[in-house]
Amino acid sequence: MGRIVEINGPIVTIELPNVRTGEQVKVGKLGLVGEVIARDGERAVVQVYETTESLCPGEVAEPLGYPLSVELGPGLLGEIFDGVQRPLTKIFQESGDHIARGLNIAPLNRDKAWHFEPATQPELGERIAAGALLGTVQETPSIQHRILVPPDIEGELIDRAPAGDYTIEQVIARVRDGSGHIHALKLYHRWPVRMPRPYLHRDHAAAPLITGQRILDTFFPLVKGGKAAVPGPFGAGKTVVQQQIARWSNADIVIYVGCGERGNELVDILETFPELTDPNTGRSLMERTLLVANTSNMPVVAREASVYIGVTLAEYFRDQGYDVVMVADSTSRWAEALREVAGRLGQMPVEEGYPAYLASRLSAFYERAGRVRTLSGESGSVTLIGAVSPPGGDFSEPVTSHTKEIVQTFWALSKELADSRHYPAVDWNDSFSGYVATVSGWWDRHVGLGWKEKRAEALGLLAQADELSRIVNLVGPEALSPVQRWTLESSGLIKDAVLQQSALDPVDSYASPEKQYVLLELILEIYHQGLDLLGLGVPVQELLVLPILGRARRIKGVFPSDKLDELRGFGMEIRAEFDRLRDEYRRAEKTAV
Amino acid sequence: MSAKEYCKSSSARGGLLFMRSVPDVALGDRVLVRDHKNRKRSGQVIRTSNEMVLVQVFEGTDDLDLERTWVRFLGEPVELSLSPEILGRIFNGVGQPRDRRPPLVSGLKRNVNGAPVNPAARAYPREFIQTGISTIDGLDSLVRGQKLPIFSGSGLPHNRLAAQIVRQAKLLGEDTQFAVVFAAMGVSYDDARFFQEDFESSGVLGNVVMFTNLADDPPIERLILPRTALTAAEYLAYDLDMHVLVVLTDMTHYAEALREVATAKGDVPSRKGYPGYLYSDLAEIYERAGRIKERRGSITMVPVLSMPSDDITHPIPDLTGYITEGQIVLSRELHNQGIYPPVHVPPSLSRLMKDGVGKDFTREDHPHVASQLYASYARALEVRNLASIIGAEELTEADRQFLAFADAFEKRFIRQSEDEDRTIFDTLNLAWELLSLLPPATLSRVSDDELRKYHHYSTQMAVDAA
Ligand SMILES: Nc1ncnc2c1ncn2[C@@H]1O[C@H](COP(=O)(O)OP(=O)(O)OP(=O)(O)O)[C@@H](O)[C@H]1O
Ligand SMILES: [Mg+2]
Repeated sequence: MGRIVEINGPIVTIELPNVRTGEQVKVGKLGLVGEVIARDGERAVVQVYETTESLCPGEVAEPLGYPLSVELGPGLLGEIFDGVQRPLTKIFQESGDHIARGLNIAPLNRDKAWHFEPATQPELGERIAAGALLGTVQETPSIQHRILVPPDIEGELIDRAPAGDYTIEQVIARVRDGSGHIHALKLYHRWPVRMPRPYLHRDHAAAPLITGQRILDTFFPLVKGGKAAVPGPFGAGKTVVQQQIARWSNADIVIYVGCGERGNELVDILETFPELTDPNTGRSLMERTLLVANTSNMPVVAREASVYIGVTLAEYFRDQGYDVVMVADSTSRWAEALREVAGRLGQMPVEEGYPAYLASRLSAFYERAGRVRTLSGESGSVTLIGAVSPPGGDFSEPVTSHTKEIVQTFWALSKELADSRHYPAVDWNDSFSGYVATVSGWWDRHVGLGWKEKRAEALGLLAQADELSRIVNLVGPEALSPVQRWTLESSGLIKDAVLQQSALDPVDSYASPEKQYVLLELILEIYHQGLDLLGLGVPVQELLVLPILGRARRIKGVFPSDKLDELRGFGMEIRAEFDRLRDEYRRAEKTAV
Repeated sequence: MSAKEYCKSSSARGGLLFMRSVPDVALGDRVLVRDHKNRKRSGQVIRTSNEMVLVQVFEGTDDLDLERTWVRFLGEPVELSLSPEILGRIFNGVGQPRDRRPPLVSGLKRNVNGAPVNPAARAYPREFIQTGISTIDGLDSLVRGQKLPIFSGSGLPHNRLAAQIVRQAKLLGEDTQFAVVFAAMGVSYDDARFFQEDFESSGVLGNVVMFTNLADDPPIERLILPRTALTAAEYLAYDLDMHVLVVLTDMTHYAEALREVATAKGDVPSRKGYPGYLYSDLAEIYERAGRIKERRGSITMVPVLSMPSDDITHPIPDLTGYITEGQIVLSRELHNQGIYPPVHVPPSLSRLMKDGVGKDFTREDHPHVASQLYASYARALEVRNLASIIGAEELTEADRQFLAFADAFEKRFIRQSEDEDRTIFDTLNLAWELLSLLPPATLSRVSDDELRKYHHYSTQMAVDAA
């Protein structure tokens, strides 16, 4: 037992010898939980996950003997947890509209029985490895929960329960380790969140993470197991991008971490996801989704913990052989939580008040992404996508600039695009993807040839158009040659018809890779046809008023991904319209001669 | 009030009182300070250990003679007394009457800090509020339970706009009145009176609770005032089932008071001297807006803040924008042209609009019309910029149409009078009238069907074709 010496916001100093850094501590009469972050002689400095109001010097504190950990087992999916994995729906039922303090409610349901099917290998008496399969539980109709031996246990399999219904506290296997100690294994185990879960080795096979968003998949792709960041000023669309990924991406499991953001954004997911179907399985989206929430009005220290809770849950599903996507909205709030604690500890600030270890914490976090060969020999991945909220939208600030060094895919959102309601407001000049070469083979094999070239051509057009706009702004549109005017118009078409994609449009919210490819092809076709006509001497004004251009701008919202033939049919219309003009022009030329 | 009084202050600065060796004082406790002239001030414990207790004094620490300053720790948090009688009353930041009427007698008291709402308890806000203001209703709709601030600047008519919203806000097809919680922090006497008279003349005063801290009142009290006001709002919304509209003005004065105390405490500054926790602190206030499952009432919040030097990247508007569900930004340029309300459309946004407008809420074309107006106005502003460089004569025919659109949009859509209460249908029809100044081929945000139905020029073409 220790005694509280000082309370300074979430930081409580306690007279408490013999505790370890990282250890959990129960603080005060209310039993608030916290974590030792520093030791100073006999004193422990504890960051408390709940508001410390009404705490008083002299109150007692008790070390709990273990570090911050998560419970891993059936019952996670479809749930919403707080930043230290307390089940928020259960808390709502028990403590009402507001979150009471000092609640001690286990993350996973203790009463529910799950149907367990034991694995057939290895035989009893044989050796069972860490991370090996013990059996399965069909957690939701689309997700089979694979019950694995915890990564830190191996030995002789003494006992394995037969098929049947078990609660998570019932023993389903026993393993004797090298020192003769017998471990009783249950459907769940605990794992410390600040320690990455082990795997056999990294795996380099790469497949794109398809999100159904053209500017992401076609222009700045991400791979399963990759790391990406979405920086942008407020209102630019970071949350919508992440929600679209949670909705439509071809991942098996989605972990959505709301870190220091709005409560209503989580409610939005809780209310809409159960009604939406996963385009890949046809099942309710909520069956593959799990939420971790520390909203901006919840205590700051649990904000710091929430991303570790999230990523550990992600690794757990990865270890079962799944492709997991974790989105964290926003990593800036997590960094600010670090800063706040560092400030209260009197640590030396280096840039904008952030402690010197900001960069290393960020990179250690993103390092937990990756595609791996799991301990049980399967392939699984964790993809990490972090939103970044730079103060004043200034990308040179510490969190954005460090993150940019770490991630491979960078979706930079622009205020100018958002202000004209061009969504997703991903700026094609400032964004990058290091995975283009890696995924181009996939596009060629699965979708259509020449993906990389088409992408490059479109980006080239956009870059030329930026240059041309500068000229127009200096000397006016009349100074451009016909080809330049057409280039400008075509790049406008690419922006409106391809890049701009409303998340709210029921037809266009998701575009399959095939639709993305066909749409891009169609718009490039218009560009080429126009160039051809200009070459014949057709005045550019005639091209600019072609009604097909207006139709092309709207066609993405007319045909959904399962109406590709109709979309291709639009290509015929394009060719017909240009042919008509070509013939007209030839005829006119003949009569003129 | 049996608690013991201590005379152990060792120093006082910036509204903070440092006290030595007072045992067992809890964080957040309410404090009564009595000075040498026997005047009382109230405060709150913001840091505590047995060696040193730090008290934040709401009335400030000016003129305290430390040798003769007595401090009593009340052993309870800062609370507000509540009853239906708060409607029609005026209080200061700690809930004491300012209207020369007796204090409230009530057994019901609540901690003004509240506790975080469980996200699992929230209900998503979806009910469209018609404010009668085209730029808001048409482009950045407000819904019940939203927090939508007004970003303004000194001398801009944010108060008139806020008052107009309060007067005109209603739900389509319903005439339940909003109760109003009005929280003034550091505003001038004139501004406070403007609101009071406006509430009076529109006959809502009996439905309003005012919490005021004027420009010459102690700044530290501004830190507790919005919390007190929101405690009243929560009571009205969730105990009395009312729909509450909360106006907080001016959040900039709030943040400045926070900075003052942070500096006195020696907190590490982040940007412009504001402490790193300004974001979380503001969020504790703003996130108290919303709707809650199974509760009839709601809290809709319109914070007003002035952007120092009209700079939207200043930490106060910036962090606010990161927390609230959109923002209405006012423009000095439009104001100088005599346009009221001078809403600067491009940076204005309502994030909750997407679920509160359209087919079952307002009209089916509403979302597309809003997006189209944004896109067309953005292009029109580019053209106007171009025209100012190369001259309007050099523009293409299409560009000239955009120029005409920009002018019409500002003079007819954005501009309206202070007592003009447009229905959402008037607003949408007006929008189409203006979009009809542009060729349909440039309107990629609306559907073919909508064009046929509402665009005047397309309608004309369809008639011609027939
Ligand atoms: N892809 C999209 N399609 C349609 N609308 C969008 C899209 N992206 C963003 N928006 C619009 O922009 C608004 C703001 O987007 P969002 O909430 O994602 O911004 P944010 O960058 O997360 O801001 P903050 O940092 O303040 O959280 C949304 O409410 C929505 O109206
Ligand atoms: Mg967001």
